[in-house]
Amino acid sequence: MKKRITFNLNGKPVAIDAEGERKLIWVLRVDFGLTGTKYGCGESFCGACTVIVNGYAERSCQLNIQNVQDKDVITIEGLLNGDKLHPLQKAFMDNDALQCGYCTPGMILNAFSFLNKHPDPSIQEIKTGMENNLCRCGAHKRIIEAVQSASKEMKGVH
Amino acid sequence: MEKNKNVTEEIIELKDVNKFTRRSFIKLTGGGILLYLTIGNLPLYSQDERRIQHEMPTDFNAYLKIGTDGRVTCYTGKIEMGQGVITSLAQMLADEIDVALENVDMVMGDTDLCPWDMGTFGSMSTHVFGAELRKAGAKARRTLLEIGAEYLKVPEENLEINNGVIFNSKNKNVKVSYAELAKENKIDRETKSETSIKIPSEFNTINRNFKRRDAFEKVTGKAKYSADIQLPDMLYAKILRPPAHNVKLLEVDTSEAQNVDGVQIIKESDIIAVLHKYPDVAESALSKIKTKYDNPEIKLDDKNIFEHLLNVAPEGKVVANDGDIKTGEQNSKFIFDETYYNDYVAHSPMEPHTAVASVENDKVTVWASTQTPFRAKDEVANALDFKPENVRIITPFVGGGFGGKSRNLQVVEAARLSKICGKPVQVAWTRKEEFFYDSFRPAAIVKIRSGISDAGKINLWDYNVYYAGERGSKQFYNIPNHQTVVYSSNLTGVAGTHPFATGPWRAPGANTNTFARESQIDNMAAKAGIDPLEFRLQNLSDNKMIRVLNTAADAFGWKTHNTGSGKGYGLSCAIEVGTYVASMAEVDVDKLTGKVKVNRIVCVQDMGLVINPEGATMQIEGGITMGLGYALSEGLHFKGEEVLDLNYDTYNIPRFSWLPEIKTIILDNKDSEPLGGGEPAIVNIGALIANAIYNAMGIRMFILPMTPERIKEAAKKE
Ligand code: FES
Ligand code: FES
Repeated sequence: MKKRITFNLNGKPVAIDAEGERKLIWVLRVDFGLTGTKYGCGESFCGACTVIVNGYAERSCQLNIQNVQDKDVITIEGLLNGDKLHPLQKAFMDNDALQCGYCTPGMILNAFSFLNKHPDPSIQEIKTGMENNLCRCGAHKRIIEAVQSASKEMKGVH
Repeated sequence: MEKNKNVTEEIIELKDVNKFTRRSFIKLTGGGILLYLTIGNLPLYSQDERRIQHEMPTDFNAYLKIGTDGRVTCYTGKIEMGQGVITSLAQMLADEIDVALENVDMVMGDTDLCPWDMGTFGSMSTHVFGAELRKAGAKARRTLLEIGAEYLKVPEENLEINNGVIFNSKNKNVKVSYAELAKENKIDRETKSETSIKIPSEFNTINRNFKRRDAFEKVTGKAKYSADIQLPDMLYAKILRPPAHNVKLLEVDTSEAQNVDGVQIIKESDIIAVLHKYPDVAESALSKIKTKYDNPEIKLDDKNIFEHLLNVAPEGKVVANDGDIKTGEQNSKFIFDETYYNDYVAHSPMEPHTAVASVENDKVTVWASTQTPFRAKDEVANALDFKPENVRIITPFVGGGFGGKSRNLQVVEAARLSKICGKPVQVAWTRKEEFFYDSFRPAAIVKIRSGISDAGKINLWDYNVYYAGERGSKQFYNIPNHQTVVYSSNLTGVAGTHPFATGPWRAPGANTNTFARESQIDNMAAKAGIDPLEFRLQNLSDNKMIRVLNTAADAFGWKTHNTGSGKGYGLSCAIEVGTYVASMAEVDVDKLTGKVKVNRIVCVQDMGLVINPEGATMQIEGGITMGLGYALSEGLHFKGEEVLDLNYDTYNIPRFSWLPEIKTIILDNKDSEPLGGGEPAIVNIGALIANAIYNAMGIRMFILPMTPERIKEAAKKE
């Protein structure tokens, strides 16, 4: 049964009529055309589909659209503020923390959520916090460096 | 030439004839100067006999355009899949043609716009294509200089070029920019003069660090991969898959799936697909199809596979030999007879195979995640019975390939379905399909019989490799009596060999061969009671190898350590696509659980001229990190022709917690040509970790991956 679901998407209120069990990833990618959210495994194992829901990382391949009713959803497209990069995006660029880039949106958003909880993380904490996001190209070393340098930058900002 | 052999393994028979003419390119571009460049002696093009049917343009094979805005566009069939050629190729061209890097655009992997290219694999982009591109750039620069001389009416020898501006060195006000020349000219021409590429002291952009040029798009989600192509009226197709390879579909009932609102079902003899405007709806409709398959007897599994492979092994081919094996045996005090194994390994790029095809009348355009767009073009033309010139493949960003995106099954699927339903169709494999249809790195076996003298001199080396292929098989130690025999150099294997598709995997063959060779060397060193570094140095006369080993030893702080402390130190070295690489590692092994923790790795490479040192470092780090997977956890489980690992819950790839401290050193060797960069570092990882485990436990591992279970088992036997 279709129902009307309303939520905030990248800061703007949106509404969609959809079966409540449809997964958020497909609604974002197909209905809203926000293709920065990637499919990697479809079963919660890789984190490529990570988005931010009310401040924290969720795997959009597992999330029913009805469960974001009234919530704030941020995708990688929403991290850009006008043409200003989020410190994490900038840090990923400055540290060359990507190769094929397919895992990158999920990595950045997972790091975003992680830094919400751990504003001043150690390397070990970053590794633990990022553990369940997979990268096949082996950009891990630079991703850790990027997250760490973004954390410093963000502390300076707040 | 060895490097050419490596790439021809990738070729399939191609039936169609494609014609590329100057006119077909002129048609596609507006104003500006077109430079058709014959980059002669391009081994990929000229030496492959199987390509003969595929008619090449006789007078050019590279293609540059100087736009009226002065920007230089390079059209190349190479593709960007993370390895960074979108940056490094542009750097080479910018330097030779003398413009700033930001003024170079790369158009990659579009079969309508780019001259034919075999594909992107095997560390060949920089090494072979890049070298030729530099020559092309130098020719282009000279051509522009000639046009500029005519325009300014100043003899060429009085002209200089700086950043796209040609000026009279005696009077700098007499000048003309490439952009201005492009406005004046609509010509295609090529200099007749001899040209030469820059020497290191003349470099502006080569051998300098530049950030990835695709980074902004990739961190903002703007970068388009094939699945991100959304066309009006496009349908998402989900295809019915069998539970195992080579089973027969006996019964199929699509009635329930048919009832799903908006669904279209396509049923052909060899393809049944559900199409819908939403991929998730197509997927759930697909799950409503009821099927019955036959149940063939299961013969092979991941345990008995090696026995089977040895049974069906073809004749061996000697690829290297010297001296006499008998003499080698007589001169050896200790003889070592060992066999090494590795399991099937998945490519598992984070982006599964995807294609979007749009058939209109007798033409088709396909956006595809592929390492071989031109091969995809031929395959689509064959499958649809279209003229090749009516097939266009466009390659958006590719989310990792590692050799696995050289086959284009999904491309043909999307094209066929689009032709049938008359609408654009996207086929994006699920992770499950990605595992099922992967062309795995083949399971392989290496048998070595080697011998040393009392003093630890290697006198005998009888090396036999099955299924991994020739690459990396030739030993480089100073051994008077040796032979290397390759059984099946064909990575795909003949029918009846492997239970599913196999093929090249990042540094094809070399991972297996390096694991076997360097483990055996270590094994002999241990028996001789000589430090493994010392043992290698004693048996080497190749100065380049000695240099990378010594540099690694210094950076690592290599010392002799007794075996069995639980902490272990290991090393491995290799020559890969001309690059010399030495690696050292420290590991902790938990004797009770068999778990290995890699603490740190030092990797030293002599890779000739480095175009972008930071980019090369990234590739080394990536290779090391990825390599930990095939060393420690990645081995495919299967039962008969059923693949049991279908997602990352059972197939473990490296994660953040695995990451050792990585230190990379690239030796300065600017005067040499650029050599392979994307692959050398990964080939050492198997032996590197195996040798460190030996040092930690006194236990030698003969099979990859070295899972905790296998380590515990080996410890028990000891
Ligand atoms: S696609 Fe959602 S976790 Fe992998
Ligand atoms: S950069 Fe390719 S998967 Fe992470």
